[in-house]
Amino acid sequence: MNETYQSTTSTPVLELEDVQKSFGAVRALRSGALRVQAGSIHALVGENGAGKSTLVKIVAGVHRRDAGVFRFKGEDVDFGSTADSKAAGIAVIYQEPTLFPDLSVTENIFMGRQPLRSGRRIDRGAMYAEAKSLFDRLGVDLDPRRLARGLSIADQQIIEIAKAISLDAGLLIMDEPTAALSGVEVERLFQVARGLRDEGRGLVFISHRFDEVFALCDTVTVMRDGDYVGTDVIAETTVDALVSKMVGREVGDLFPKVEAPIGDVVLQVEGLDRAGIFHDVSFEVRAGEIVGLAGLVGAGRSEIARAVFGVDSYDAGAVRLSGKPVKKHDPRAAVRAGIAFVPEDRRKQGLVIQESVARNVATVIRRGLASAGVLTGRAETRASGPWAAKLHVKTSALDMAATTMSGGNQQKVVIAKWLATEPRLLIIDEPTRGIDVGTKAEVHRLLSDLAGQGMAILMISSELPEVLGMADRVLVVCEGRITAELSRDEATPERVMHAATHRDDKEALPA
Amino acid sequence: MSDLLVEPSSTSHAQRVIGGLLRSREIAVLSVLVALILVTTFKSHGFLFSSTGWRDLLLTPSLLLILAVGQTVVIITRNVDLSVGSILGLTAYLTGKLFSDHPNLPIVAVFVIGMLFGAALGLVNGVLVAWGKVPALVITLGTLYIYRGAFLTWAGSDRINASDLPKDFLKLGTQQVLTIPVLTIIAATVLVVVGYVLYTARSGRELYAIGSDPDAADLYGLPVTRRVLLAFVTSGALAGLAGIVYVARYGTVSSGAGSGIELQAVGAAVIGGVAIFGGSGTVWGAAIGAFLLVTINRALPILGISDFWQQAVVGALILAAVVLDRVLTLRQERQLVEARDR
Repeated sequence: MNETYQSTTSTPVLELEDVQKSFGAVRALRSGALRVQAGSIHALVGENGAGKSTLVKIVAGVHRRDAGVFRFKGEDVDFGSTADSKAAGIAVIYQEPTLFPDLSVTENIFMGRQPLRSGRRIDRGAMYAEAKSLFDRLGVDLDPRRLARGLSIADQQIIEIAKAISLDAGLLIMDEPTAALSGVEVERLFQVARGLRDEGRGLVFISHRFDEVFALCDTVTVMRDGDYVGTDVIAETTVDALVSKMVGREVGDLFPKVEAPIGDVVLQVEGLDRAGIFHDVSFEVRAGEIVGLAGLVGAGRSEIARAVFGVDSYDAGAVRLSGKPVKKHDPRAAVRAGIAFVPEDRRKQGLVIQESVARNVATVIRRGLASAGVLTGRAETRASGPWAAKLHVKTSALDMAATTMSGGNQQKVVIAKWLATEPRLLIIDEPTRGIDVGTKAEVHRLLSDLAGQGMAILMISSELPEVLGMADRVLVVCEGRITAELSRDEATPERVMHAATHRDDKEALPA
Repeated sequence: MSDLLVEPSSTSHAQRVIGGLLRSREIAVLSVLVALILVTTFKSHGFLFSSTGWRDLLLTPSLLLILAVGQTVVIITRNVDLSVGSILGLTAYLTGKLFSDHPNLPIVAVFVIGMLFGAALGLVNGVLVAWGKVPALVITLGTLYIYRGAFLTWAGSDRINASDLPKDFLKLGTQQVLTIPVLTIIAATVLVVVGYVLYTARSGRELYAIGSDPDAADLYGLPVTRRVLLAFVTSGALAGLAGIVYVARYGTVSSGAGSGIELQAVGAAVIGGVAIFGGSGTVWGAAIGAFLLVTINRALPILGISDFWQQAVVGALILAAVVLDRVLTLRQERQLVEARDR
């Protein structure tokens, strides 16, 4: 193994240069770059949406790059499918492990490459024995015959790693493998990763946790907005240096929130708790105030919002609106109490996408519009007209189907739908995701206007500039807990990122 | 070192095999089948202990068994094939036509042509499902009507009668080897071959993987399109075989042949423990399910239960099977959540 062992002059396992990828009009990668040496662990860091996952998917053969250099073990490659990339010796462990729940863990490892006996029959005995020896090598006590269904995330990742080892992969990419792991499990994963490195394999480790990056990795590449920012040797950089490279962006081009008088407490959340999802969440939102809920994807922000609105239940705690308790797990009660909820995925959860704008706007208030139980199109159009006009929804007619509109206009229709209920609290999840820059400012202006009219707004956003530009107060969620509450003046990108990546109450990581 | 949610079992291999058998759906359905046969035989000895009783017990389910095996292959991949009844009808008519137009054609050749014809119709389904990205339910519902329509156009009011068919071929329908009907042997052979492939060939295991999680199968680099195509071609070929068996068994083909039997095939698979969302279940279970469905229909009149209730009993069986699966899954999930939050 020694000849493959790390030396900076040898050919890197993986080389990406100036890789570009667009999905329709969205440029996910402008200029991605990554160099991974054999026998080293390379960290890939960046904010949500920086293009890390797209880069990984290009390496994995899920997507094909539009332009740029892609070399594996010194040779130019162009993978048309995941099978190609796998055959070349690249293994990817995705954020969400991808196992077949109905099959045994052993079959999950060897699917498509099972050891065969004469007559192309699968040699189950050999397969189980091989799985057992893989598990022994990884130091886990798993029954090779058990089904994958019900495995903990940690054990699912072990299966994925076993898969990678049995493939004899030269490059192993792990996309946020520690997101759902406990301290002990992280330690076990790190031991395995170091073992693989010492065998001369190249590893890419994507993580938001800087302590882990510094504990595990040898080098680090930072990405921002689909661009390569820079690569450092871990020993020669600091957390602060990495964060400033990750954020390094001006807040200026967005529409900032206009100061509005802050009124009484509208939403009061006390000790909200749901096992395994979020813990002891307490906060307030006042009239005229925009409260930003910041944090990483998967930190539990959307889940908290869904629990407040009653889509999901919670185990303990209370939600009060203007002092009155809101019944839990009952979205209709929440609507009656005056809460509006604009979900993250507006196409799936916020709109009846094939229906007309008028009908969409009128959905929530349809009961009030119906006369003798009959709801006419005319009543819908009459009721929705003023709202659509107020929000400058750009459709020539209200009877156009929502699906034909741009993302920004769709979002405005969803907001219009809720404004028709005259809510006191608007919860909005990722208000400008997938919306072009021009319309983003319009959505921001709208939110600012609504706050100015005395509405309380709880805004979840993964985009730091949006949170910093719009919110009067920022609550940072990390792994189901609120780890920081920052006023508009206190909230800097560095502080928010720090709070989003550090759970101070958890056990310290092994070095 | 390890931090497992579910402790690895410390039982021996033999214990595990026995435990697995006791919990298996196949054994449960088989027990119901055996109990049904015993009760019915108790009421009327001829149900089992006469030569025709024994023969019918084995012979009647053969047709549905072949279809249920094909259906299982498709359902395992998280698809469904509703067109098998129409494929059966079309192939049955083709078989009759071949014999009446080419009386000298060897019987084996007719079997081959019939199965190839069914496979071709299955290929159409497979291509539409694999590349059309439309749910198989809709695609095969469409081809169900198209194939049936083609059959009606082709056959018109024409029907195949026993007199059009060679004697040797008709004899297949009644012949027995060591008291076991030949058609049953054909069905059993299909069952064993498909069961073996599903258990022990890479392609067979990949069908399970695809049904278990299609997205994961894509990421895994499995040849998803090819395998789904293979499943539909298998189902079509077996429906073609069932069409030939139909002619041999009944000696007559009219335009209604095989109509509605596709739902019985799905029902047999579901009762036999094939998960409708793919990924699990065996052809053995589906075969027992087919046996049970057919035998219930024959047994209930003997037990003095009216026609209406016969249908209802079948429905109740399917519901019971699905509810049982759901309850077991929910219980398992709850246990796992509890284990996680402990």
